[in-house]
Amino acid sequence: MGYPPEILLEAVANGLLMGAVYGLVALGLTLVYGVLHIINFAHGALLTLAMYAAFVAHGVFGLDPYAAMIPLAGLFFVFGYLVQRLVIGPASRGDDSNMLLVTLGLSIIIENAMLAIFRSDTMTLRLPYTMSMVELGDVLLSVPRLIGFGVTLLLAALLFVLMTRTDTGRAIRAVAKERTGAALVGIDVAHIYAVTFGIGTACLAIAACLLLPSFYVSPRVGNAFVLVAFTIVVLGGMGSVTGALLGGLFIGVVESLSGLYFGDSLGQIGIFLIFILVLLLRPTGLFGARA
Amino acid sequence: MTPRETLPILGFLVAAVLLSLFVTSNVVLNFLVFTLILAIAAQGWNLLGGYGGQYSFGHAAFFGMGAYVSAILQQRFGVNAYPAVAFGITAAALLGYAIGAMVFRAGLRGSYFALVTLAFAEVLRILANATEITGGAAGLLISLNLGAGNLQFANRSSFLILGAVLLALAMLITLALEKSRLGAQLVAVRENEAAAAALGVDILAVKLRAISLSAALTGAAGALYAQYFLYIDSNIAFGTWISVEALLAPIIGGAGTVFGPLIGALILQGLSEGTKMLIGKIPGVDLIIFGVLLILVVRFPLHRIPGLLAARWRGKGAP
Amino acid sequence: MTGQGRDPAFLAVRDLTKRFGGLTAVADATFDVREGSITGLIGPNGAGKTTLFAMIAGFEQPSAGLVLLDGEDITGRKPHDLAKLGLARTFQIVQPFAGLSVRENIAVGAFLRLPKRRDALALAEDVGQRLGLGPQLEKPAAALTVAGRKRLEVARALATRPRILLLDEVLAGLNPSELRDFLPVLQDIRAGGVTILMIEHVMQAVMSLCEYVHVLAGGRIIASGEAAEVVGNPAVIEAYLGHGAAQRLAGHA
Repeated sequence: MGYPPEILLEAVANGLLMGAVYGLVALGLTLVYGVLHIINFAHGALLTLAMYAAFVAHGVFGLDPYAAMIPLAGLFFVFGYLVQRLVIGPASRGDDSNMLLVTLGLSIIIENAMLAIFRSDTMTLRLPYTMSMVELGDVLLSVPRLIGFGVTLLLAALLFVLMTRTDTGRAIRAVAKERTGAALVGIDVAHIYAVTFGIGTACLAIAACLLLPSFYVSPRVGNAFVLVAFTIVVLGGMGSVTGALLGGLFIGVVESLSGLYFGDSLGQIGIFLIFILVLLLRPTGLFGARA
Repeated sequence: MTPRETLPILGFLVAAVLLSLFVTSNVVLNFLVFTLILAIAAQGWNLLGGYGGQYSFGHAAFFGMGAYVSAILQQRFGVNAYPAVAFGITAAALLGYAIGAMVFRAGLRGSYFALVTLAFAEVLRILANATEITGGAAGLLISLNLGAGNLQFANRSSFLILGAVLLALAMLITLALEKSRLGAQLVAVRENEAAAAALGVDILAVKLRAISLSAALTGAAGALYAQYFLYIDSNIAFGTWISVEALLAPIIGGAGTVFGPLIGALILQGLSEGTKMLIGKIPGVDLIIFGVLLILVVRFPLHRIPGLLAARWRGKGAP
Repeated sequence: MTGQGRDPAFLAVRDLTKRFGGLTAVADATFDVREGSITGLIGPNGAGKTTLFAMIAGFEQPSAGLVLLDGEDITGRKPHDLAKLGLARTFQIVQPFAGLSVRENIAVGAFLRLPKRRDALALAEDVGQRLGLGPQLEKPAAALTVAGRKRLEVARALATRPRILLLDEVLAGLNPSELRDFLPVLQDIRAGGVTILMIEHVMQAVMSLCEYVHVLAGGRIIASGEAAEVVGNPAVIEAYLGHGAAQRLAGHA
């Protein structure tokens, strides 16, 4: 179709790198769905919040986003825990349409709070390594994106260990599989829900730090990611962590190639159309657990 | 529907006409017209969401369809405003039917339905922003052409009456629906699909009719917006703001009732203006309050109260 | 409509089978329901009765087999189409339409054949009275007791003017006096010309109501016939453990 193979290869490679971070964003969403069985409409807004937090951390404390990852992850874990424990849990009382509305309400609050504080201008962080590239054979790869890829893989491995080797991880898996049974053996379900939500939010904090060096921040930036994340989760299977990561990679490549062929403004359409198609044809996704 | 039942709606219409005669402040008139536009859009959402229980997060798709088709026909093809608006409403209804046909047949409901409607609205927004016929990112201006024949009025009071008439029509349609077989079947579908199917309700057909009617009403609101403001762009027409407000107003004002959308729209707009006066024009503050209100309403289901009260009131006068 | 020249069974189920992956829930179920009868479908828990019902009523697609209503093949048709043809069913777990009154609940069924609200509400009133719900018609359906909800469930289905009514454990959860009061209601429905096929566990009701009984165990029909002889069938007694039915019947014999 008129593009030389090196350009295509580069698009694919960068798509994969970008896709890893998409996968990280989707991971939080799919984890929350798999355990709490809610579709968290506030996910995008939480990402926006995290990106602003990283931005402020740099502006006020001089913290490099990569250095801010761990403290912000901790902070957002606590924030996510409290939000689920104190707001979402009590307000929705387990009802599906209530959860829809509550998480929608949250997203409206967070997004507009950012708008009120920071106004609608997009802001970017210019760091010495923002534009650094690395050559891998014929292909030029962006350094921030490479780092993003690496960190995501590391985090995925950490989460795997958490889920399989720790008590908390086992409790989370128990609640995901059979909530009543888990409660009967003494697991504090509300606490586990909150922990899971906290982990999801912490993942967003890390993703935000990874994205900030090469991305802009604005009150609606999370929105740009949330539908991508939803697409990935639906594609990869609601509740499947592997699905989220692999789906992320796939979507990253699709977006990169769409952008190449259709231009930036229409590039996002490719993702939405895939999203709609997947929902229409296979709501449980490719690796899906329950619908 | 008995004449007695239509009294509140006629009462509202009379009140609106009186307001238009006695209110002279442009600011207040503007507030009222905008609130009416929102109420009409919300009335549309209420049909599918309040009565039908299918929560759409993308009603902007219908609002924008009505607005753009009407505006494009007038600006690019010189069609007169009246048929243009009619076509706009029809286009919105057709879009509703098309989306419904795909989505309901695939069995999507609940969160999935919300997500997919959100996606459709976004697709339309991106398309509107990128294509020429819609004016792309610059948006579309409707040429100033004052006169009743062009559905453009010099003074806002006339728009107030127009909006009130349209809203009254929408409320009458809602009331008629409540009293009809379709209405009963729609509520049954909302409460328990399996039981409804066992009682002979064709679930798909009912949902399709509901979404088409819902889209038509919200599309009418979009067309009215275009006639009043004479300018639309992809964010105004298909943006999340209208999806959110069309959903919030009925939920807060009373989902599944005739007056819920209007009450909700008044509350929302009132709060919005109120905060602007108190805190000044900080963008987003009104929506923060909306979000808090939404969570509060869900937490303490006050929104069930208007519905229950309405049922009691209806019950007294049954059948 | 006595089916002359056609299959004498009003509802004929032939080799109906349902497989879920590797599990066969119902295998080659074959039985008849005669017009104007009250026929029982009994069997131990997990025998597949509800799956069988679901297949007949259009809520599950059969893996194999046929269902015929008055000679017409209705296999795999959608529930709302079946309701139009005169086959109505109730659900084991009763859920009234919340937010609507009892009368409005029944009216949903009535609307199937009566497009006008006034007519539908009038029929709902009628049916409601017949089912003993007269004093509750105005009240919200959610306020009904279990017994009331069961009556509502039947009333809703009856309002669709069915020719055959499938009742799924409609007597479950009723205390002895509620049970006693419900039996004549069902007999009255049959007297009105509606055939009844009922899944039931309450043995005394089966004995006093049903002329014919089919027994489903392990997904298969293991016995069919008049109620008294079927219940004495040793295979049936063996299939049934824990209901005390065998002892009670041995006591009556």
